[in-house]
Amino acid sequence: MLGKLDWSAIPFDQPIPLIAGGVVLAGILAVLIWVVVKGHLPYLWHEWITSVDHKRIGAMYILLASVMLLRGGSDAIMMRIQQAIAYQSQGYLPPEHYNQIFSAHGTIMIFFVAMPFVIGLMNLVVPLQLGVRDVAFPTLNSVGFWLTATGALLVNLSLVIGEFARTGWLAFPPLSELSYSPGVGVDYYAWSLQISGVGTLVAGINLVTTVLKLRTKGMNYLRMPMFCWTTLASNLLIVAAFPILTATLAMLLLDRYLGFHFFTNEAGGNVMMFMNLIWAWGHPEVYILVLPAFGIYSEVVSTFSSKPLFGYRSMVLATMAICIISFMVWLHHFFTMGAGPDVNAIFGIASMIIAVPTGVKIYNWLFTMYGGRIRFATPMLWSVGFMVTFIIGGLTGVLVAVPPADFMLHNSMFLVAHFHNVIIGGVLFAAFAGFEYWFPKAFGFRLDERWGKVGFWFTFVGFWVTFMPLYIVGMLGMTRRMQHYDVAEWRPWMLVAAFGMLLLTIGVLAQITQVVVSVRNRDALRDRTGDPWDGRSLEWATSSPPPVFNFAFYPDVRGEDAYWALKQHAKEQQLGDHPGPEYQDIEMPRNSPTGFVCAFFATVMGFALIWHIWWMVILGGVGAFATFVVFAWRDHDEYVIPAAEVERIDRINIEERRSLVSMAGAV
Amino acid sequence: MNLLDPQGPVAAANSTILVDSVFIMLAIVVPTIVAILAFAFWFRASNPKANFQPDFVYSGRVEMVVWAIPALTVILLGGVAWIGSHQLDPAAPVPGTGSPVRIQAVSLDWKWLFIYPDQRIATVNMLTVPAGAELNIQLTSSSVMNTFFIPQLGSMIYTMNGMVTKLNLRADNEGKLKGLSAHFSGDGFPDMMFDVNVISPLSFPDWVATTAKTDAVLNEDSYKKLMQQGIEKGRPTYRLEDPRLFDLIATQHIPPGPGPQLASEAGRSQSGGHDAR
Repeated sequence: MLGKLDWSAIPFDQPIPLIAGGVVLAGILAVLIWVVVKGHLPYLWHEWITSVDHKRIGAMYILLASVMLLRGGSDAIMMRIQQAIAYQSQGYLPPEHYNQIFSAHGTIMIFFVAMPFVIGLMNLVVPLQLGVRDVAFPTLNSVGFWLTATGALLVNLSLVIGEFARTGWLAFPPLSELSYSPGVGVDYYAWSLQISGVGTLVAGINLVTTVLKLRTKGMNYLRMPMFCWTTLASNLLIVAAFPILTATLAMLLLDRYLGFHFFTNEAGGNVMMFMNLIWAWGHPEVYILVLPAFGIYSEVVSTFSSKPLFGYRSMVLATMAICIISFMVWLHHFFTMGAGPDVNAIFGIASMIIAVPTGVKIYNWLFTMYGGRIRFATPMLWSVGFMVTFIIGGLTGVLVAVPPADFMLHNSMFLVAHFHNVIIGGVLFAAFAGFEYWFPKAFGFRLDERWGKVGFWFTFVGFWVTFMPLYIVGMLGMTRRMQHYDVAEWRPWMLVAAFGMLLLTIGVLAQITQVVVSVRNRDALRDRTGDPWDGRSLEWATSSPPPVFNFAFYPDVRGEDAYWALKQHAKEQQLGDHPGPEYQDIEMPRNSPTGFVCAFFATVMGFALIWHIWWMVILGGVGAFATFVVFAWRDHDEYVIPAAEVERIDRINIEERRSLVSMAGAV
Repeated sequence: MNLLDPQGPVAAANSTILVDSVFIMLAIVVPTIVAILAFAFWFRASNPKANFQPDFVYSGRVEMVVWAIPALTVILLGGVAWIGSHQLDPAAPVPGTGSPVRIQAVSLDWKWLFIYPDQRIATVNMLTVPAGAELNIQLTSSSVMNTFFIPQLGSMIYTMNGMVTKLNLRADNEGKLKGLSAHFSGDGFPDMMFDVNVISPLSFPDWVATTAKTDAVLNEDSYKKLMQQGIEKGRPTYRLEDPRLFDLIATQHIPPGPGPQLASEAGRSQSGGHDAR
């Protein structure tokens, strides 16, 4: 009846996951009860859960990423403490627990923090920057988000029911095959990623289509803001690479469930095939994350330097070059597998070539600052912090692309330090910069600058204190994923790294405080202009938060930095009366519970697959499919906002801006 | 285990390339970081002396330079990578004094088996080699993937079941070194560190003779016991019965290691964990 599931799945003998799970469960229950008692449930259902508004979905993606950041961060803290104390001892985490933690940490940070964070920001911002009213497939967008949430839920479920993979975040066979990992851990891993992978793929298709097909009048490709370009490149990579991940994991699952032999030791299975396939996805994945990050920095550096982006066309070229080359370098993840020198050298050089367009980007940001009038608001601090940090990460990255150097550094703590250097210093800093930068647009008030800066400095310094020691122990021969060790010379550095983790934790707490303080002071921090940073692209042309239809009229774009040009034009015209064409009815997509219901069934199906509860698998599968069918048979999928209502909303916005401008004029 | 304190020619060459590459890159990285901080500081909005140039958005010369700098660096480093990859191919010979020593390394769950086919002996978690001689190492795995790595001798390489990888090394100085597995392989992974004793070429035959006197015999049966999951704190040594044992393992005539021996748990398999502790 319940497949492999019974009471032994709950780890009653292990206090740490049980208490952690209990606290989280209590927290979720408390929030749910509060929501129901206060009568917020209809609001949540109508305005958020079933919403197909790209801004709402973007915000939910970012919320999901933030919550999962806390989970992945807790894992990181536990690992740093373990390695700080496990010198000539077992520490406080037995191997079967420690191994789950580092596997979950990697999986969560990549798939459920970095990915949803950047996809959330792209969702929130790209349609606004393109001057359009929504993404190409609004309901699909909602489906994508909820499937991602399903994956995150399953990963967290493994904390209290069963176990997570103990194989590392890429679950290399044969270790991840049934003979060596007979538990449900790898199944949790694989099904979470299969389901959320579908979500990511549809998000990718959606955003590619949006950028290619939905642009306002005059928004040529070469007038698009840099963030739209990097979104395009990143989502092209998603569309090309995620099917590889899905296929690879499907093969692993066939091995585990149906006795196939793709990657087993026996019957001609080939583990090297898995290595190639997973990295054929895995390397583009790195650029899927970092390209949007580059886009965010481009927007932030240009805005806060009060200058257009330097060398825009060069940046576009660099972005697309990275997009293409990133598919041709996967082999550098296993130089040490014994491929010949020609193969290693060619892939090593190909990997270095990526550093050229990346270097160009750094220099173009540098020259964007040159001759600028730089305001050091929090997003700009993150950006300058990124530039300094990322160069070092790039240096160590090119270093491990040199095969003979990689022969000593592969899989070492040096490598761990390198990819944290580029992912924290590149992607996470960008996520935070983008969060600070676009938060006023999403919610209508700015974030508290003082706490934001505290958060930045603790995170920035904490990053260096945590990861420089890891570079050093890597040079001292320490490899990754060690639950304990006996080498005395590593010990002091692990203690320093643990202290750095404390600083990082304070940084995160400061950012949480920042949000709380800002919500309390939201009236004082209110953004009435819709343009709190003196921005340059179209998202700042509408109110904060934007009306559901984003723009009453499709903006007419006449060059790069579309909104900046509009503002200059308005100044020259002395803010003449809004001549205003006639307001017209606007059709917007109807809310739909399709995404939520579909994800509900996907969760049921995923859970049942993990535990071999076959009747439930069928129930979930049929349910999810039926949801699609019902949606496909819909008659009305749009509703009309009457012209009068559009006019009313738009007039309020215009009045607000005008009164502010006249006040500014009076001062 | 310091990578910058090499004890053999391979490690020395690896670390030279490593250090050279870092300095080649630092030559542009340091000025760039300085420029970032300097520009950011000088062009701060509160500096009245800074010259505001909002129209400085394109310069062919600057573009030329910013594409050229990283490109030239990569051309230089690419050359280093190409030559280094060929000279330091793990399978390339590393000439030494005296006759080469053949070693066959097998990663087990979770220990290292070192077979000396010519000397007809085998050791676990302890690799004894003569200084100055070429070491021809063939590697395979009894079950999951691992990586054989002696940091101060250089170049690591994967071990995989059903496959043989090759690595040639040389240890130049007598002394004790440490080796490890650099690819996660399960619960006992951290206990896969092994001792490397580099002894004088003169005493190597003595060590072989002493080791060969042991009663413990390594053959298919004792190997199958050895490959069961578990960690090995001691340093057992064996007399090798069949010098073709490695080939039997690598060609899967001896089936791969069985993995955790399941008791009756459904969900939480903990057998591996118990072994490790």
